[in-house]
Amino acid sequence: MQRKGNQTYIFDNPPYIIGAYSVVGPKEAEGNFGDYYDLRLENDTFEEKSYEKAECKMHKTAMENAVNKAGLTFKDIDTIISGDISNQITASSFSARGHDAMYLGLYSACATFGEAALVGSMLICGGFMDKLLCSTSSHFSSAERQYRYPLELGNQRPPAAQWTVTGAGAVVIAKTGKSGAPRITGGTVGKITDLGITDVNNMGAAMAPAACECLYTHFKESGREPSYYDLILTGDLGKYGRDMTRYLLKEKGLDLPETFNDCGAMIFKDEQETFQGGSGAGCSSSVFASFIYKQMSSGHLNKVLLVPTGALLSKTSSEQGESIPGIAHAISIEVL
Amino acid sequence: MDKNTYPEFVKKTSPKTRKLKTMLWAFVVGGLICCVGEAIKDIIDKYFNLTAVQLSALATMSMIFLGSFFTALGLYDKLGRKAGAGSIVPITGFANSIVSSAIEHNREGVVFGICAQMFTIAGPVIVFGIALSCVAGLVKLLIIG
Amino acid sequence: MFSEYLIEYLKVFAVGGAICLIGQILINHTKITTSRILVFFMLLGGLFEILGLYKYLVEFGGSGATVPISGFGSVLVKGAFEAVEEFGVIGIITGGMSGAAMGISAAILFGFIFALIFKARTKEK
Repeated sequence: MQRKGNQTYIFDNPPYIIGAYSVVGPKEAEGNFGDYYDLRLENDTFEEKSYEKAECKMHKTAMENAVNKAGLTFKDIDTIISGDISNQITASSFSARGHDAMYLGLYSACATFGEAALVGSMLICGGFMDKLLCSTSSHFSSAERQYRYPLELGNQRPPAAQWTVTGAGAVVIAKTGKSGAPRITGGTVGKITDLGITDVNNMGAAMAPAACECLYTHFKESGREPSYYDLILTGDLGKYGRDMTRYLLKEKGLDLPETFNDCGAMIFKDEQETFQGGSGAGCSSSVFASFIYKQMSSGHLNKVLLVPTGALLSKTSSEQGESIPGIAHAISIEVL
Repeated sequence: MDKNTYPEFVKKTSPKTRKLKTMLWAFVVGGLICCVGEAIKDIIDKYFNLTAVQLSALATMSMIFLGSFFTALGLYDKLGRKAGAGSIVPITGFANSIVSSAIEHNREGVVFGICAQMFTIAGPVIVFGIALSCVAGLVKLLIIG
Repeated sequence: MFSEYLIEYLKVFAVGGAICLIGQILINHTKITTSRILVFFMLLGGLFEILGLYKYLVEFGGSGATVPISGFGSVLVKGAFEAVEEFGVIGIITGGMSGAAMGISAAILFGFIFALIFKARTKEK
């Protein structure tokens, strides 16, 4: 039985991650993981006419190069599973057009990468497919205009705000692979959690309860201790959300070790003045496809729990005064 | 933590603005922008012989031009990040809100991009402005006389 | 001569700065957005004009009172007052636009022209 409890899965034959590729914008390239990214853009328009087109090109570049790095072509890929946060996930679907592969578009806001990797692994473990491509992306300037204000507006970003990551990450998951390659050994599907936060400028606070719920369930149902993992990373809670998650879990009687951190809180340097750190669907995927994947492939990390987090709001829902539902999905990646 | 206690807890613990620093910036930048307005008025007054109404109209237009121009160059948002209300409240900030919306949407075309989206932020100012003037007109007609 | 200018400009600086300072206090303590700040100060300026108080601020602070958006509100009200005096009931409708003609038209015109020429740039910070 691969299912543990209600929400957690531990796979009998964990699928392999056989290729990964990351593309980021100039600000991310100057951040803490600068050297790990595969492609660092000097200009975040990527020689395109609009930021939406630039995001699409980044996403497509990440997809194609991940497939190349796996030593495959799109003919070998059974299905593309991807998502983003730009206008009805156009960056993903436009990137997939022209490729001869099935396509499943997903949306869980910034938690999409977790959802994609988990759904992909389940499809492989269920025997439905052999090779999959999972990818997500986000772009600061396309997100800013969609969810917030015009770029040239002279407003002040509030101190709880986060900075949407300009980046795309893609991984190829396969049923078979070389020994030593990172494998997705299981995960926990999250539940929508909403504790009544309405402030769109404090996503960390809105998503922390969801991250807490997912992490708590994962440890309880898998029977693993937090110390089992070399690294526990949430997706884009930012510094405040990360500390809040730690606090909420402590209240439930679960102490997280020093190995707990957040991709968004780690991706930028303090002097880059993003305040709470990075966010966006491209945050966890670009960090995973660069830093985590390379550290695991080189043997520096063996067991990682990645918990991408998402805030499932729209501009309309927040204008109508709705609170912000959060979601988080955990995937455990191990070198066996 | 539940739906009642959590938002309260977040409100208490979430990071706060550095109040003194932002207030100082707003005061200084706001004051300086007004001084620029005064200087423009003085200069126009020195070289042209205009009535008070013409003078203030021309000064307003100059300020709006400056606000628009620095927005177009991509500098006004950098000022606004530091100055906050210091660059929002002056009339240059009104110009910034219109021009930034217009520029932002120019890739969606002239009609549905620039023209339709121009008022996403400044629209309320115009609507409330017209409403205000109608109320003022009524007050004048009925009360002040 | 020079000290006269200095005092004049200091007054402008103080009044303009103080109005913006109130705005910043609102930003720091509430979740007020750009649109709301602009509307709030315009209405405030209009209210003071209706009460006949804004002119004292303009007399003292000059551009310090006319450059902030509250000055725009006072111009709107002034326009309405004049129009009512001149045209009666019709002035209620026409007055506001005539007072605000320069402000609104100039902003729309420059916005249109610059939007045709310039592109929005990504923020660096």
